[in-house]
Parts: sequence; structure tokens; C-alpha cells
Amino acid sequence: MLSNEQELARRTRRAFLALGGGAVAGMAGLGWLSAGPITEGDIPPNFRKVLGLNESAVRSALYSNNNLAPTFPASAIGKLKPNGEEGLEDELVVADWRLEIKPYGSAGVTQKLAIDDIKTLPLHDETIEFKCVEGWSTVTRFAGARLSDFTAKFCAGSERAICIGMNTPDGVYYVSVDMPSALHPQTLLAWEMNGEPLTEEHGAPLRLVIPVKYGIKNIKRIGRIEYTDTRPKDYWEERGYDWYAGL
Amino acid sequence: MQSLELKHRLTTRWTHWVNFPVLSLMIMSGMWIYWAYDPYRIGFGDVTLLHMFPDWFYKLSGIGKKLSFGMALHFVFAWLFAINGIVYAIYTAVSGEWRELLPDAKCFSQAIEVVKHDLGLGPLPPQGRYNAAQRITYTLIILMGFGSMITGLAIYKPIQLAGLTSLLGGYQWARFEHFWLTMGYVGFFGIHVGQVIKAGWANFRSMVCGYDLPKGAADAQ
Repeated sequence: MLSNEQELARRTRRAFLALGGGAVAGMAGLGWLSAGPITEGDIPPNFRKVLGLNESAVRSALYSNNNLAPTFPASAIGKLKPNGEEGLEDELVVADWRLEIKPYGSAGVTQKLAIDDIKTLPLHDETIEFKCVEGWSTVTRFAGARLSDFTAKFCAGSERAICIGMNTPDGVYYVSVDMPSALHPQTLLAWEMNGEPLTEEHGAPLRLVIPVKYGIKNIKRIGRIEYTDTRPKDYWEERGYDWYAGL
Repeated sequence: MQSLELKHRLTTRWTHWVNFPVLSLMIMSGMWIYWAYDPYRIGFGDVTLLHMFPDWFYKLSGIGKKLSFGMALHFVFAWLFAINGIVYAIYTAVSGEWRELLPDAKCFSQAIEVVKHDLGLGPLPPQGRYNAAQRITYTLIILMGFGSMITGLAIYKPIQLAGLTSLLGGYQWARFEHFWLTMGYVGFFGIHVGQVIKAGWANFRSMVCGYDLPKGAADAQ
């Protein structure tokens, strides 16, 4: 029979081997997660897969268009930082600006709307906390038309799409959003901010305001909207961020 | 012959050692996320004693600034952190080990004696598996872990979980709480490692293999 000291030494050896084995397995797991081809600036594909699983978990367990972003009194409004100038470089001539629409299932652009066409839709305004992916947030009041109203009026039937894609007129900035979030009652095509017409740095003449997503999805100076059943490309997804980016 | 004394059960040991690298990764990726908006400081009024974090900290630690990868890492390992913590909590509740962990009324006065002892100012009061100061600290750290999970969820989905977020004081407050809980871990880690070094090899070994020599024999050594 082993003495206590021998028994303890045997257990200690075994336990440290197991701990070492655990450490090796953990490193192997990290290696597996980090493996695969990564394009510059992007994250490893297995991390992306887990983000996809998180997205499905959130969408099936939590997400509802009845869950509204909290709204705030006018006294809470702060000064919104105009982060991001991608796609705003060309000179803006509002009279010449048009919003191109490619409805669900159509082969190409079917309509080109002027800002006054869009302003015929019912006006909604909301004072929400705009949240940047960097971590800061600013209470801001936006006014414009619901994207769901817009869709119903200008391309009825496109609600059946899986995704919506938008890009700036020059195509430099582009986002895509899942359809439920696009049809959320607080998702607006906005032309007013804090009671004033949108300034150029905040996305004149028309920007997306989608409180259920981080700021990166709130594209400025929209030039084109398309309804699709695949995922149109997304600027920040290509640069390593979660595609869903839902709040 | 008296048999070996069981100090820590298998579940306690494994969840402890799994937590160490997982929490380390959570803190590192958390720093990558925090960096992109870093308003917190230690100070009062206009006086800032320490900005969290100064430039030299990023240079010296070599941790870098990677928001997108930080978020990806954080939202992958958050699962492990939460599952591991929940396994430990359920085990401790079901096994009855919580009786040795949760502080009782005596603990708060005894804890002062423990701290005095650690500073070389008095005898160690009688204790069970954990001494009074450990019972308070370890219970607190588990509550903090729960707090990290809750504040984390509130920042992660502040609209789908708007009720939770507002309960915590709103989005920015939840972020503030999440950050300072983490600083609490870092402080705990420093004291914990110091205490483990001070307690010596047999104590450390018991956290790995679970056992120590029987009480009488260990005292005779």
C-alpha cells in the first residue's frame, strides 16, 4: 500500500498532467478558432461562425419588432458626433439627387425618387439613443418616414425579401440589414435631425436611422435601395465587424 | 493510517482553472473594446489621478487596439465564461458546498482578525475550508461574475433587453458598471496571487490535485 506521501505525489503528478493536457487542448481550441484564410482586416472564419450562431440565438430568442428602443425627452438630446465620411466625398446637389429602388425579384432599378416624393410619406419622429460601435452613445432626435411605409408605398411585396441593401450614390459606403430590423417601426429614412434639416456630414438629403443596430448600419446619403434574398455586401462586415450588429 | 484530506472537489478545481484563461481572454478582448471609447478615470472634480488607460499602458503592455477582433473574441468567449460560472454555481448550490462558502454573521468580525493575521498582527481565528476573509471575498467574486454577465447582456442587447438595461441605470451606466467590475477582478487577482504565494506549495497543490496530507501529518511537517 502506498504511504500518504506517495499517494499525494501520484495524485499531484496525475493532476498536473491533466492540467497540462487541458492547457494544450485549450491552445488547440484557440488555434482551431483562429485557423483559416483571413483577408486583411477581417476576423478568422470560425469566429464569424460563432457570431452567426449568436445572431440566430438572438433572432429566435430575443428579437421582436415589439421591442422598441427607449425614447428620451428633448432635454436629454446631446451633440451627435458625425463619425464616418465614407461615401460623402462628391459634391451634393439635392435637386439632382435621386433614390434608386430595386424591388424584390426585379432585375434592375425600377424607380428613381426625388426627395419630395419621399417626403409625401407620413412623418415620424423619435428621440432615441444613437449607439456607435465604438461604445459611445448620444441621444438624438430624428424625423422622417418609416422604412416599412416607404416599402409599402413604393415597392409593395418587397417585404418578403430576406435582406435590404443600401449604398451611397458613389458606391463607396454600403450596408445590408436583415428584413425584420428594416421593417422595425423605429427604422426611418430620415431627413431631419434635432428639428433641423439633415446636414451633409450627418447624411443629407436622406439617411437610414435604425436604432436596433449600431451606428455603422445607419448609412448616410442613401443613393440606392435594393431588396434581396441574399446578403448584399456590407462595408464594416468586410472590415471585421459582426454583420448583424443588432442591439 | 489517516487518509489524505480532500481540500477541493474536482468540479471546483476544473471550473477554477477553466475560468482563469477564459476570464483573461475576456479582459484582454474587453480592453480592445474599451479602447475605442475610453472615458473612465480615477479622480474627482477636474483632477484626474489616473486615466483608464494612459497611452504608456498600451505601449508597455503591447496589447494593441483592435475593436472588431476584440468584439468577436468577447462574444465567443462570453459563452464559456457564463457556462463555466453557471456550472460552478449550480454545483456549489446542489452539493451543499455553499455552506462552507457563504459568509455567516461571525465572518465579518473574524475577517478583520484574518487581515490582522495576514499583516502579522495577531493569531488566525479558527476556520473551516475557507477562512472568514476568503468566504466574504470568494462570495463577492462570484456575485461580481454574475454582475459581469448581467451588465454584459445589458450592453450587448440594450434594446431587446431594454428592461434590464434601464434597471442598471441605462446603456452608459451598464458599460461603466461592466468596466469597474472588471477592474475589481484585476485587483482581486493581484491579492489572490499574493496570498497563494504566501500560503505556499501545499495550498497551491491542493487546488490542482484536490488533496493535502492529513491535518495532523501536515502540521507535523
